[in-house]
Amino acid sequence: MELDAKIPSGPIDKKWDKHRFELKLVNPANKRKYTILVVGTGLAGGSAAATLAELGYDVECFCFQDSPRRAHSIAAQGGINAAKNYQNDGDSVYRLFYDTVKGGDFRAREANVYRLAQVSVNIIDQCVAQGVPFAREYGGTLANRSFGGAQVSRTFYARGQTGQQLLLGAYSALNRQIARGKVKMHYRSEMLDLVLVDGHARGIITRDLVSGKISRWAGDAVVLASGGYGNVFYLSTNAKGSNVTASYRCYKRGAGFANPCFTQIHPTCIPVSGGYQSKLTLMSESLRNDGRVWVPRDKGDVAKKPGQISEGERYYYLEERYPSFGNLVPRDVASRAAKKVCDEGYGVGVELDGVRNAVYLDFAEAISRDGRDAISDRYGNLFDMYERITGESPYEVPMRIYPAVHYTMGGLWVNYNLMSNIPGLHVLGEANFSDHGANRLGASALMQGLADGYFVIPYTIGHYLATQHAGDVSPDHPAFDEVESEVRGRIDKLVNLQGDVPVDEFHRRLGRIMWDYCGMGRNAEGLEHALQAIPALREEFWAKARVPGGSASELNPWLEKAGRVADFLEFAELLCHDALYRDESCGGHFREEHQTEEGEAVRRDDVFCHGAVWGYKGVGHKPELNKEPLSFEYVKLTTRSYK
Amino acid sequence: MKVKFKIWRQKGPKDAGGFRTYDVEVAEEMSFLEAIDVLNEQLIRNHDKHPEGPIAFDHDCREGICGMCSMVIDGVPHGPRGGTTTCQLHMREFARRGFRDGDTITVEPFRAKAFPVLRDLIVDRSSFDRIQQAGGYVSVGTGSAPDANAIPIGKAEADLAFDYAACIGCGACVAACPNASAMLFVGAKVSHLALLPQGQVERSQRAVRMLGTMDAEGFGGCTNHGECEAACPKEISTDAIVSLNRELMRAAIRAR
Repeated sequence: MELDAKIPSGPIDKKWDKHRFELKLVNPANKRKYTILVVGTGLAGGSAAATLAELGYDVECFCFQDSPRRAHSIAAQGGINAAKNYQNDGDSVYRLFYDTVKGGDFRAREANVYRLAQVSVNIIDQCVAQGVPFAREYGGTLANRSFGGAQVSRTFYARGQTGQQLLLGAYSALNRQIARGKVKMHYRSEMLDLVLVDGHARGIITRDLVSGKISRWAGDAVVLASGGYGNVFYLSTNAKGSNVTASYRCYKRGAGFANPCFTQIHPTCIPVSGGYQSKLTLMSESLRNDGRVWVPRDKGDVAKKPGQISEGERYYYLEERYPSFGNLVPRDVASRAAKKVCDEGYGVGVELDGVRNAVYLDFAEAISRDGRDAISDRYGNLFDMYERITGESPYEVPMRIYPAVHYTMGGLWVNYNLMSNIPGLHVLGEANFSDHGANRLGASALMQGLADGYFVIPYTIGHYLATQHAGDVSPDHPAFDEVESEVRGRIDKLVNLQGDVPVDEFHRRLGRIMWDYCGMGRNAEGLEHALQAIPALREEFWAKARVPGGSASELNPWLEKAGRVADFLEFAELLCHDALYRDESCGGHFREEHQTEEGEAVRRDDVFCHGAVWGYKGVGHKPELNKEPLSFEYVKLTTRSYK
Repeated sequence: MKVKFKIWRQKGPKDAGGFRTYDVEVAEEMSFLEAIDVLNEQLIRNHDKHPEGPIAFDHDCREGICGMCSMVIDGVPHGPRGGTTTCQLHMREFARRGFRDGDTITVEPFRAKAFPVLRDLIVDRSSFDRIQQAGGYVSVGTGSAPDANAIPIGKAEADLAFDYAACIGCGACVAACPNASAMLFVGAKVSHLALLPQGQVERSQRAVRMLGTMDAEGFGGCTNHGECEAACPKEISTDAIVSLNRELMRAAIRAR
C-alpha cells in the first residue's frame, strides 16, 4: 500500500496557500463534463455536494435516510470552533491548531490540522450568510462559549442545536443546487459497494431502499462522507442507522483503514437504564461550563439522594485532580476519570448487574449564581431532553451522567488532498482519519465536516479530475457486472437467513464484547479474547439469524439492518487488531498496561508516533499493517497535562 | 406494563391495510420506540404464529432532532406528551396518565394525501424536500460571504429566527391538521429567513414559490384549527402562519 501524504513543503502557515496555487484546475466550461458521486449528506457530504455543484460539476448525491436533512450531523449539540478571536481573549489560528494537535494527543497530521484552523473562520462567515441563527449578544454580534480542552472562548453555537442549524444550512445550499438541476439527489439509497476500473474509483452500487432496485452509478470521482462507526459498540450516541458499510466496502476494495482503535467515549451521556436500551443520548459537553462533576467521598453514600450529601462529603474529582482545566478537561480525560471513580465503587444512580455507573453533573451553584433563567437560556433544551428521558429535572436534582461511545477518530486513510490510497476515492468528515488524532476536541467535528466539504474538497478534487478524461467509464463496463453480482449474492445470502434469532441480538452481543474488551480501558488479554469471540459470533450470525420482512425487492428495514450488522461483525475484528497492535495509551485509546501511577495515559512516541493503516486480507485474516510516520515540527511532542 | 398495541399494518403502498392487535409486556423506563422494538423481537421469535412479520417504522437519531420518527399515537402525532417526538416519549408518560394493564394504545402512520404510506408506519415525506427546494434557502455560493460580524443582528430577532428554524421536518403538523395543510412547515422556514437580513433579497419569491409548491404537492390550506402548533414537537407557534400570510400579502403588493 502506497501512503504518500502529499504534505506541501514550506512553513506551516504557507502550506495551504502554496498548495492551492500549485493544484491543477479544471476549466469552468469543462467542469460540467465531470460527474462526481457524493455518498452521505451530513455536514461533510451535504456541503461538498452543494459546493461542487456551485462550481459547475454534475453531482449525483446519495443518502440512506428519507431526506438529506436527517443525516446524524443534525444531532450535534454544543457548537463549532473557529479561530475568530471575537472575544479578544488571545485566540488565533495558531492556538486553535495547537489545541487541536495537543487535544488529539499527537496522533494527527500537523499540516491538515493547521489548514483546518485556517478555514474555520470562513465556515462561520458562510453559515451566517446562509441564515444560520447563531446565538448573539445584545449588540448584535455573535456570542461564544468555551469548550473542553481550550482556555479561550471560540465556540459558536445555536442553543443546544448547533449541528441541526449548520446541517439545515448545508441542506438549504444543497436544495438550491437540486432545484438548479446540478445535483441529482437519491433519497433512501444505500451505497453497498465501490467499483474500481483500472485501479481508480469509478462508480458505486446502490440499493433503493423503497423498491429494492440495485443500481450502478458511474462517475469521474467518488466522495465518501458516510460518517463514523461508533455503532459497532451497539450502544452509542449515533443514530440507529449510522453504519460502517460504505467505508468498510471501500476497505475491502483496497482502501487503507487508519487508526480504527481511536474511538471517542463522550463523558456526558445519560446512563443506561436497562437491558432493552436501544441507544444512548448525549448531554452536550457545553454543560461542563456550568455544571460541576462529583461523586460522594464515602462509598456508603452512593445510594443516598444527592441532596442528603453535604458539600464537604462531595468529591469534585475533576476540579481536585485538574485544577487549571477543572471540569473542562478534554473528553478522554473526563471519561476515564468517571470510569475510574465508578469502578472504585463511588458511582451513583441505578444499580445494574451490581454496579452503579453514573456520576453527578450539578448545576445548583450555577443556578444560584446566575439565576434559573440564565441557565435555562443556555441549556434549556438539554435540561428538557434530560427530563423527558429520565423523569428528573436538572433544575431540581443533579444530572446523572456516564461516558458513552460518541465519535470515531479513525477512518479511511486520506492524503492532504483528502484522497484515499485508491485514486479518485475521496473521504470527508468523520469517515476519514485525518484531523483529530487519537481524541477529538469538543465542537471540532462540525468544524472538520464543513471545512472538508465547503473549503477543501472543492479545491483538491479538481487536481485529480484535471488528470482524468471526463466521462471515461460507463455503467456498462464489465467491472460493474462483477461488483453488482457480488452485491446481489450477498443480499440473497442475507435475505435467506431464516433462523430464529433477531439480528439485533447479535448486534447487542457484539456491542457487549466491544464495550467490555475494547471500550474505555483495553488490555492485550481482553483484546485477544475479543479476537476469538468476534469470529465465533459472526459464525453464529450466519447460522442462526433471522431476516424477516419478506423479499429484497421491497422496503425491508430488517434486510438493511442485517447487512450493516454483518459488516460490523467483520469490522469489529479490524478495530480490535488495531487496538492490540497499538501498545501505548493515547487519547481515546487507553491501554491499561501503559499508565502512570495516577492512572494517566502514557504514550510511546518512540514506537507509535505514526498512523497505523490497515489493508484488507480476507475475512478472518489478519489485516496488513502499513505506517504513515508523523513528525511534529511546530507543536512539541510533550505529555499532555491539564493539571 | 401489559400493553395491547393496536397497530396499522400495510404491506405496501397498494395494499389496503388494517389494524392488528398485539399484547406485549414493557417497562415504564422504556422509550415508546423501545417498546415497539420489544414487540418486534417478539414477532420475529414467534414467526410461526406471525407470518405478517415485524412492524416497519421510521426512526433514526432517537433523540428528538432528526425528524424521522412519525407515529400517530392514540390519535395524536407523536403521542400524548406535548413538545416531544415519538422517540423521546417514554412509557412512564402513559403510566402517569392512568394507564392500566391491558389498556390499548393505538398506533397509526402520519396520514395525508401528500404523505403516501410505504409500509406499515412508514410514509413518504419527500414532498417536504420539494417544498424546501422551491426556495427555502439564501442564494449565497460558498466563498462569497462577508465577515460573520459585518451585519449585526439583534438578539431578539436572532432568537425568534431560531425558534422558527428549530423545525425538524417531521410532518406532525400535517398529520394533525384536518386539511393536511403544511402551512406551519412552510411558515417556519419563510419566517426564519424573513427575520434575518440575509433572507431579505429573496424574501417575496421565497414565500410565493414555497406556498405554490405546497399546493401542488396536494397539501390543504389553513383554516385556523391550530392543531399543528399543538402537535409540533418543537412547539413552533402558529405565528409562523400569520407571518407567512403577511409575506404573501407583501409579495402581492410588491408585484403590482
